[in-house]
Amino acid sequence: MKLWELLASVDRRILYLLLSLAVALPLILKPKITVRVSDPVRSAFETVDQLPAGSVVMISIDFDPSSAPEVNPMLVALLRHAFRKDLKVMVMGHLALGLPLAEIALNQVAPEMGKVYGKDYVNLGYRPGYTALMVGIGRELRDYFNTDYKGVPIDSFEFMRRVHTYRDVGLLVSLAHGAVADAWIQFAGGRYNQPIIVGCTGVNAPNLYQYLHSGQIKGLIGGLQGASEYETLIQKPGSATLGMPAQSAAHGLIILLLIIGNVGYLLSRRKAKK
Amino acid sequence: MIARIIGTWVAATLTIGILSFLYKDNPLYKAAEHLYVGTSAGFAIIYSWAFDVYPLLVERFDTNMAAHNHVEAWILLLPAVLGVMLLSRSNLTLPALAALSVLMIVFHHFSLILVVLAVLCILMFVSTLIDPGIDWVSRWSIAFTVGIGAGLTLTATIQGYLLPQISDTLRPLVNVNNIVVFVGVITTLFYFYFSREHRGALGAVSRVGIVFIMVAFGASFGYTVMARISLLIGRFYFLLHDWLPIIR
Amino acid sequence: MLKRNVPLIIVFFTSVILIIAFFIPHRPFGDLESRFLNWYAIVAGFTLLLGLDSLARHHLIQVFRRRPGWPYSLLLVLSLAATVTLGLYSWFKYRSPFDLRAPFMWLIYTPMIIPLQSTMFATLAFFIVSAAYRAFRIRNFAATLLLVAACLVMIGNVPLGGTIWRGIVSLVHAVAPSLDPARLDRMEAFAAIKDWLMSTPQAAASRGINIGLSLGGMAMSLRIILGIERTYMS
Repeated sequence: MKLWELLASVDRRILYLLLSLAVALPLILKPKITVRVSDPVRSAFETVDQLPAGSVVMISIDFDPSSAPEVNPMLVALLRHAFRKDLKVMVMGHLALGLPLAEIALNQVAPEMGKVYGKDYVNLGYRPGYTALMVGIGRELRDYFNTDYKGVPIDSFEFMRRVHTYRDVGLLVSLAHGAVADAWIQFAGGRYNQPIIVGCTGVNAPNLYQYLHSGQIKGLIGGLQGASEYETLIQKPGSATLGMPAQSAAHGLIILLLIIGNVGYLLSRRKAKK
Repeated sequence: MIARIIGTWVAATLTIGILSFLYKDNPLYKAAEHLYVGTSAGFAIIYSWAFDVYPLLVERFDTNMAAHNHVEAWILLLPAVLGVMLLSRSNLTLPALAALSVLMIVFHHFSLILVVLAVLCILMFVSTLIDPGIDWVSRWSIAFTVGIGAGLTLTATIQGYLLPQISDTLRPLVNVNNIVVFVGVITTLFYFYFSREHRGALGAVSRVGIVFIMVAFGASFGYTVMARISLLIGRFYFLLHDWLPIIR
Repeated sequence: MLKRNVPLIIVFFTSVILIIAFFIPHRPFGDLESRFLNWYAIVAGFTLLLGLDSLARHHLIQVFRRRPGWPYSLLLVLSLAATVTLGLYSWFKYRSPFDLRAPFMWLIYTPMIIPLQSTMFATLAFFIVSAAYRAFRIRNFAATLLLVAACLVMIGNVPLGGTIWRGIVSLVHAVAPSLDPARLDRMEAFAAIKDWLMSTPQAAASRGINIGLSLGGMAMSLRIILGIERTYMS
């Protein structure tokens, strides 16, 4: 059993090196992969796709740089889809550190799609208040967002003049990395019957399936895999699709390590019993 | 262009600094860590001012005063007072907020609420110096926020979570999926009932619950792995594409 | 009275107004609710500043008393000051600290905050690998079930699952040529298993756990409203 004893005492830095190679090599070599689209993501896509032109989509930026590699590709893909459908986009958020990421994404996608600030999209910025904000918007948006992120009154934007409460919002998209999505579902969805789709990190996705099952959300984009599925549906592969080969390799490595670790454990346990 | 190159190198250095912790703790990691805390704390101050105090308090006060809506304007003093009372717990922020208000008056525009805010901050700061025990006034502000939270949560939990979820669980047991969901929810709830020992029928039901819970935790672990690897992919992509153009 | 009873009265009054406003959204309850929620947003902004005092105080003492590690504390204080200065300057000049032209964005946010925060969390991937190899052991039935579910979800989540399934289909077709490989391929068994695991047993268990949490949360809210729970006052 010396081999297993040897494997059990492998320095953790060797494992770190293996993981680094498993992630770096596929990024460099870029092998071709096929992305299979799951039902939750397809539902999210169809919910956006079925909105009539001119509908207002409220995107809540509830993530920050700590989860940007997973959620930012969803934001970019959703913006592309919304702009392609001539939907009006209204961005706001509950996480202060995340709003600049939205500004960066809007400045990347909007010029590509020929969209103009104030006419096709606005960035309302951040306000504290969390659940109070969610309930308060149900009464009047201007109680919290009288101006956009630059202090320009929102009534100076034509499409915003008709947006006062959730009734004027066709779809709410929560891009979240914590419990904020749950709060949107319970407050905006529960109290005001606002249609919601959620894009979230892999850590939160399992907890949100129950809402999908009960119909409280119309779609769910979970993790980098979900983001790559959405990119596939809009036929514009981005950073999520680029990262999936590396994701595959890393998963394969972890499963292999789990198997090796447990085989070694079982063999050493059998030896101990003897 | 130069600024972008310098920014990329700074970002790469900080990324490698944090990753170097995997080898062992070192000065570069410590420096990066302290830089992170300092910039995040500074960020909080900026955001508090730019997206809360200024638009919701100052701008709103000025708008109401301009419209001769004096009651609506001056009533904003109440949350301002609550906010200042809250800061009695961290009294160094009070002179900082007063200084910021004065800066706004000098460099931006004059507003009566800014004067009042500065005076309130100074008064509270002086009070905390005279009697450090006066931070009990923050209890009123905390009580206000806790009361709002409790009131909102109670109704939202029932309407937004319990009723829809229970309703969805009680579907006709005509297919395997509905049966699995029904059994899963009930047995999981039984597992967390600790008022009686898990023996006999309760024990059997709890053991079925454990099966569902373990499947849920395993699935959660699987997704967590994907989440963490995604973050690493993001960083490696930055290093290999934005910093060193190895990925083209 | 002022220290103990007034906070309890405030909690009771505000929460009861909100609960009544839920059922009677008209005047005066609806208006009071709007006003309270607005005030909550303002007060919540001040809470962002809590904790900065103890942070600044601790590190300033480190610097002035030249305690071990004081250069790092100096770096922290300087970066805090620089962030606030640049943020205010950007707000003055561009009306928003995160205008893309603002120095706050291209000097602080993009080159520092993004890499620092992302990398802090990215290091968790390495710890997961280490834990997977050293700590996850199938000691009993429950642990085995957990690990099997985890592996199935991990394989189903990535294109690797499709590749492995296609390999299995090839093997099956080699053994039983009568089976249609294209039809078997389309089944994408690992992805389908993962989808079913997530949408059915996993969702059921999550729901059960969250129902328990919600009931606990409701009980806690009631205790706070009725003044039985007072830990928030300490």
